[in-house]
Order: sequence, then C-alpha cells, then structure tokens
Amino acid sequence: MAETMKFDLVSPERRLASLDVTEVQIPGAEGDMTAMPQHAPTITTLRPGILKATGPEGTTEYMVTGGFAEIGAEGVTVLAERALARGDVTQAHIDDWVKEAAEAHAKAREFHNEPGPVDDAAKLLNDMVAAGTHIGLDPKVPNL
Amino acid sequence: MPSLKDLKNRIASVKSTRKITKAMQMVAAAKLRRAQEAAEMARPYAERFNAVMSGLAQSVQGSDSAPKLLAGTGSDQTYLLVLMTAERGLCGGFNSSITRKCRARLEKLVAEGKTVKVLTVGKKGRDMLRRDHGDKLVGHIDLSEVKRVGYANAQEIAKDILGRFDAGEFDVCNIYYSRFENVVTQHPTEQQIIPATFEEAEESTLYDYEPSEEGILADLLPRGVATQIFTALLENAASEQGARQSAMDNATRNAGEMIEDLTIEFNRSRQAVITNELIEIISGAEAL
Repeated sequence: MAETMKFDLVSPERRLASLDVTEVQIPGAEGDMTAMPQHAPTITTLRPGILKATGPEGTTEYMVTGGFAEIGAEGVTVLAERALARGDVTQAHIDDWVKEAAEAHAKAREFHNEPGPVDDAAKLLNDMVAAGTHIGLDPKVPNL
Repeated sequence: MPSLKDLKNRIASVKSTRKITKAMQMVAAAKLRRAQEAAEMARPYAERFNAVMSGLAQSVQGSDSAPKLLAGTGSDQTYLLVLMTAERGLCGGFNSSITRKCRARLEKLVAEGKTVKVLTVGKKGRDMLRRDHGDKLVGHIDLSEVKRVGYANAQEIAKDILGRFDAGEFDVCNIYYSRFENVVTQHPTEQQIIPATFEEAEESTLYDYEPSEEGILADLLPRGVATQIFTALLENAASEQGARQSAMDNATRNAGEMIEDLTIEFNRSRQAVITNELIEIISGAEAL
C-alpha cells in the first residue's frame, strides 16, 4: 500500500472531510498541483475548481470556490471559502456563484478601473464558469 | 389588604408568567446546544487560518510592502467600533455588558480627541447607544431575519467594513462581542481586527508560497476579517442563548417563590374571611 497522509477539508462553517489519502489534486491559483506525502511545505491560494483527493478507498471530488491550501510534510489542509461534494453541486449553485463573480467583476471595473483588480475579478469569473462546465453543468456566461 | 379575588388573579398571572419563562428557558437551552455545536464546527477553520496568517504576518511585518490591513494606515485618528449584540432582549445583562464595554472605550477615545464611528450589528446595541451617541452611528446591520448565522452573514459585515476602510473612513477597527465560556459566564470582549493582530506563532515551518507571500496575504487578509467576525458572531450567538437560559431560569425560580408567598397570603385571608363569617353567624345566633 502506498504511503498516506492526512487530508482535511474545512469550510468556515464545518469540517467537510478528514481522511487518509495518497494524493490530492489542488486547483491552485497558478495552476493545478498534486500533493503527495512528503511534499515540500507550501501554501497556495485556490481558484474555483475541482479538488480531487485520492485515497486507498477511492477518489472523492469536491468543488471549491476559493480559499487556500496548506501543504505540509504530514498532511494537506484545505481551507475553502465554500466547498461542496461534486455530486451535490447543482445548477442553482453554479448560477449563484457565477452571478456573484460577475457582480464582483462589474464592481471592480467601476471602482478601480485599473488592470490589477479587474483582471483578478475576470479571472475568478472565468475560473468559475470553467469549473461549472467541467462538472457537466451549464453556467450562464455573462456578457462582459 | 387585597381582596381574595385580586390575590387569585395575581396568582394566575404569575403562574402564566412562569410558564412563559420556563418555555423560554427550554427554548434557549435547545438553541444554545445548536449554537455551541456551530461554534465548535467552525473552530478548525479559524484555528488553521490564524496559524497560517500569523506565520505569514510575521514574515511580512516590517517590510514596506505590507498591506494596509496588516500595517495600518499610519495614523490612529479615526476609530470604527463594531458593536455586536443580540436582536432581542430578555437575556439578562448580555446586551448591556457588551454595550458598556464599547461605551467606555468610545468615551475614552472621544476624550482623547479621536474621531469615533460606530457600526452596530443587532438592534439592542443600537438602541442603547442611540440616545447619547446617535451622531456617531454610521451604520447598522440587521440580523433579525437570520435564523442561524452563517458565514455569508459574516462576509456581508466584513464587506461593509472593508468597503469603509478602502474609502478611508477609519484607521482602526475594533469589534465588541461576548465570548462564551459557559452558561453562566460570558465575557464581553474587545478585539482589534484592523490593523490585524495575531498571536505569536509557536512553530514556524518554512513554507513555499504560491503565488507570492504578498499575494497570498493580500488575498487572505480580507478573509481574515470575515473569519474573525464569523467567530465573534458564533460566540455571540452562544453567549446570548446562555445568558437567556440563565436569566430565564432565575425568572422561573423567582416566579415559583412568588407563587408560594401569594398562595400563603391567599390562604390566610381566606381563613380570615371564614373565621369572620363564623363569628357573625355565632354572634347572630347568640343574640336571638
């Protein structure tokens, strides 16, 4: 059996998962990364996407909308702003999140009107839409 | 001397009051259990979050690029006090003890010549400050429609506060809430959230940061505000129910004592009336 490490997925309201895994695929802000036991300690922010935890009992997938992950030698802790098991994500959730991201984008354009914050908001929105499409739902792409 | 009828009415009224307070106590006990569970479930997130943040904050502290939320604006002229109380009364000294703490701070700051603004969460605190410091109230967040506080509520409050901070409305932000210890003890607490303060990290692992330390910090600090507010909201909810439970427990006991006293008084006057009647009958019979 492969070496395992501890994987915790917590949201502000509750602990969603705590299990032993062999690898975790994390949707990092700068690209996906897979953490395995004895990974170098890393902290990364998350983009909206699919978090995949593979353990001896199989793979579980979660959709996260943001937050950060702390990877240490002895385990991975993901602190997600919002997280749901992939199967529990409904069209209504995606619509809500996309709408929220679109509003944030519109607001960023209105208030800052400089590339940094607007690009960030646009990226968040695109990631959100991409994540929705990825799990087989049909996010309404807003007009930018 | 109240008449028998009056006493009877009094007893009936105190009895129904006791029923109400008893019911409220039991409801508060059930809600307290739920609030405590919620607070416990939120703990792992807050703990991990603070551990990561304090490590990050330490490594960035002192550098010029430290974000304003951490380093402050460089001045402490304007304060924003966020007073978090309950929406409802009948919970003993819960609301007033938080408000007292906030008010003491407020008056001290005013005496020092600072500008103070107050944001209230929960209407009880607003009502208490409105008379003396109505001009300092800059906003109110109503949670009376919220059955169970969620992270979304905390985010909303955080968004309001951060919006004001970005607009340069204040330099320092403190929150006031009640920390839950147990059913009989709650501690009114003051906590500074902007500029962010952290406990010293005990162990410092060297992490790789992706994107960069500053990038992560800029992303996390606003979340930190929301997390701290969420913790405060949950502590407050548990404290409120705890305070209400013990207040209502006392009220029920008092009502019980009052009923006993009134019953004794009622029986005494009833006996007196009977004795009187007997005397009248006997003396009437003797006069014949």
